[in-house]
Amino acid sequence: MALLMLMQSRGCVWTCLTVIRRNLSSSSALLAPPKPNSKLTFFLCQRFHDVEQMISWSSWLKSWTLRRKNVYYSYTQSEYGDNIAAAFYILSMKGGFRFAGQSDWFRTNYRGKFSWDFVNFPDVPIEEVDMSRTLINYSGLNNLVSQQGLRSLSLRGCPEVDDWFLSRLHIYQDTLEKLDLSHCPRITIGGLASLHHLRKLRRLELSSLPQLQSPGLVRILLEEVLPHCNISGVDYREGLTETNTHIDKQTDSEITQLTEEHTHTQGPHRQTLTQ
Amino acid sequence: MTSWRLVARAYSAINSGIRFPHAYCTSVALSGHRSFSTGTAVRKDFFKDVESHIKEFQEKASAAMPGSGWHPMHLTPGLPPERTDILIVGGGVVGWSIAYWLKKKEMIRDGVRVLVVEKDPTYSQASTVLSAGGIRQQFSLPENIHLSLASADFMRNINDHLSVLNDDPIDLQFNHSGYLFLASEKGAEIMEENYKTQRYAGAKVTLLSPTQLKDKFPWLNTDEVVLASYGLENEGWFDPWTLLNAFRRKAMSMGVFQCFGEVTGFKYKTHSIMTLDGDLVDLKRIRYVNVRMPNSLEYQPVECAIVVNAAGASAGKVAKLAGIGAGPEHTIGAIPVPVEPRKRFIYVLHCPDGPGLDTPFMIDYSGVYFRREGLGGNYITGMSPEEEEEPETTDLEVDHEFFQEKIWPHLANRVPAFEKLKVTSAWAGYYDYNTFDQNGILGLHPLVNNMYFATGFSGHGLQQSPAAGRALAELILDGDFKTLDLSALGFQRIFSNQPTLERNIV
Repeated sequence: MALLMLMQSRGCVWTCLTVIRRNLSSSSALLAPPKPNSKLTFFLCQRFHDVEQMISWSSWLKSWTLRRKNVYYSYTQSEYGDNIAAAFYILSMKGGFRFAGQSDWFRTNYRGKFSWDFVNFPDVPIEEVDMSRTLINYSGLNNLVSQQGLRSLSLRGCPEVDDWFLSRLHIYQDTLEKLDLSHCPRITIGGLASLHHLRKLRRLELSSLPQLQSPGLVRILLEEVLPHCNISGVDYREGLTETNTHIDKQTDSEITQLTEEHTHTQGPHRQTLTQ
Repeated sequence: MTSWRLVARAYSAINSGIRFPHAYCTSVALSGHRSFSTGTAVRKDFFKDVESHIKEFQEKASAAMPGSGWHPMHLTPGLPPERTDILIVGGGVVGWSIAYWLKKKEMIRDGVRVLVVEKDPTYSQASTVLSAGGIRQQFSLPENIHLSLASADFMRNINDHLSVLNDDPIDLQFNHSGYLFLASEKGAEIMEENYKTQRYAGAKVTLLSPTQLKDKFPWLNTDEVVLASYGLENEGWFDPWTLLNAFRRKAMSMGVFQCFGEVTGFKYKTHSIMTLDGDLVDLKRIRYVNVRMPNSLEYQPVECAIVVNAAGASAGKVAKLAGIGAGPEHTIGAIPVPVEPRKRFIYVLHCPDGPGLDTPFMIDYSGVYFRREGLGGNYITGMSPEEEEEPETTDLEVDHEFFQEKIWPHLANRVPAFEKLKVTSAWAGYYDYNTFDQNGILGLHPLVNNMYFATGFSGHGLQQSPAAGRALAELILDGDFKTLDLSALGFQRIFSNQPTLERNIV
């Protein structure tokens, strides 16, 4: 009987695994409607310990792969120096970069292959980095810390870039001029608040951040602390109209909110600023 | 022959089937076997509903026989199991963190049976949720810095540690805004010294001169400020309730038992032994812990091998129940656990013209602190009163005079924008204040040889809870500290009267 059940469930397991993996891969799953298959997976998880175990293994495997990809390239660093190690890391992650004083970008082709010409420039620092749509995370930044002359960093659509990552960007506070954070699903206000360290920042791209509540207000506040920076991708009105209804609610239940949950109130008070 | 056996089996099955619900309910409710899944039941589960069915039956019976005090099958819901390996007193963030790490470190499934006893089911007076929720590395003691660094590392990877299958990912709402400590002429030297300790321990801290400070935070009045230290990474504030709940959910999904009740007493065995000096010392070993149910006089003795005292502010009281500090005078048996509750107020301010997004968790040298709360121009502030002006700790009433007289002058002096503000609300919470040296007490009590302590953090228990829980789990299961050597935070210092003082207490 058990064997029969196992046989029956085996077919589903692989579809479930992929579904769950996709669900766990980003926190934006909160916002997305539940997938049709997830109900089935949930059912199987509740019923069979082995399905539950397999799914937890697969998520462990995913995080292990992520850790492995973002590991510190210490061997390359000790053999070839900081710049080559950083360049190798960027290309392995399928990103692109430009050395200082050169106009050509080093990039991977569509199959992830790249030319090894960058090994010829061990003494040239990297000036621009394009890590868009890669799996770079907090620990991957270890490889780029040595590039103290970095002027432009693009993190467009990176699923693993979170607030902790942003809080670490202060290492480029004297050089970074251009930062692209658009389409990063995990960025919230908690990380953007730490961008005030980047005094040289001239351009900041913030479009399509699903976790960011009231982006218009955030833009105003960021412009206050970064007066020379041009923030694009966000309209001032964004996120402000819908908070209108929450004003009364907030004042009424403020005490309970703050004592019980410390809920972070998202700015209806500052609404007057835009009007 | 075989058919006869089958019949006999069927008969016994029917027989046991008839008796089953009763036997089941006693064993389930009292010893606490249950499924490890935190989700809701997919199907209508007969065994899960047994308890409610019996309750229904009881109600019917009492309606049929009014005036009779007799109950068939008496059952109190939520009783703790009769025996457990490790009983943790206090279901705050430290207690649940210890429970999680004990389960994490066990070698085989159900290797240790852990029960967490919390007296306040709504957490209405729990220090965890009433705190300001900050985390910093700017301490003077290396142990504290390491604890806090390890905890920040834990929070960064919180979804690797505490995510439960089929649950939403945990969002701590961490605000990476850093801590800013200001020092006057008097404290500048100490600050520089602390800075060196912090850098050596690996914390990303920087020192700022008054001009740099003014440049970075134009809203700040830098008069009389000689030096400032500012945390660049791993510092800020987060939502304590989320962290507590994440620990609780994960620990329960790993098989930790939770029980709401109050520890009212211990049953222990006492042996007298002679010290080298010729004194007689009583060595105790706890056998049973009496757990009283909330709003009732019923209590359940729980047999346990190890007790962990993580009761926070009332840890001193719990220790007294075990007879700690009641020995004859001038012996080590007379030394109590130096933890007592201290009331601290937190005020919520509304100031639309106040400092903006770059507001750090600022701590003035006068002891006043404030931080931003959300984006709507709200701030929370507070301060520790002088030793002789400590408020009564019987209730959690807020003293609004304290803000007017003590906090506001300092606050308005430091940030001129705060001269115009409105106090919109306030609350009070307890510090588990260590009167001896304001540092956590982590370790085994020498005279009660199965009672471990994780308490006395004096206001930074929340931020150090992940690492402190790991350290205590190591101490219990491995017998020694493995990842961080915290032996300086043990009881030795209290008995030998050598305080390891922390200078950066807020």
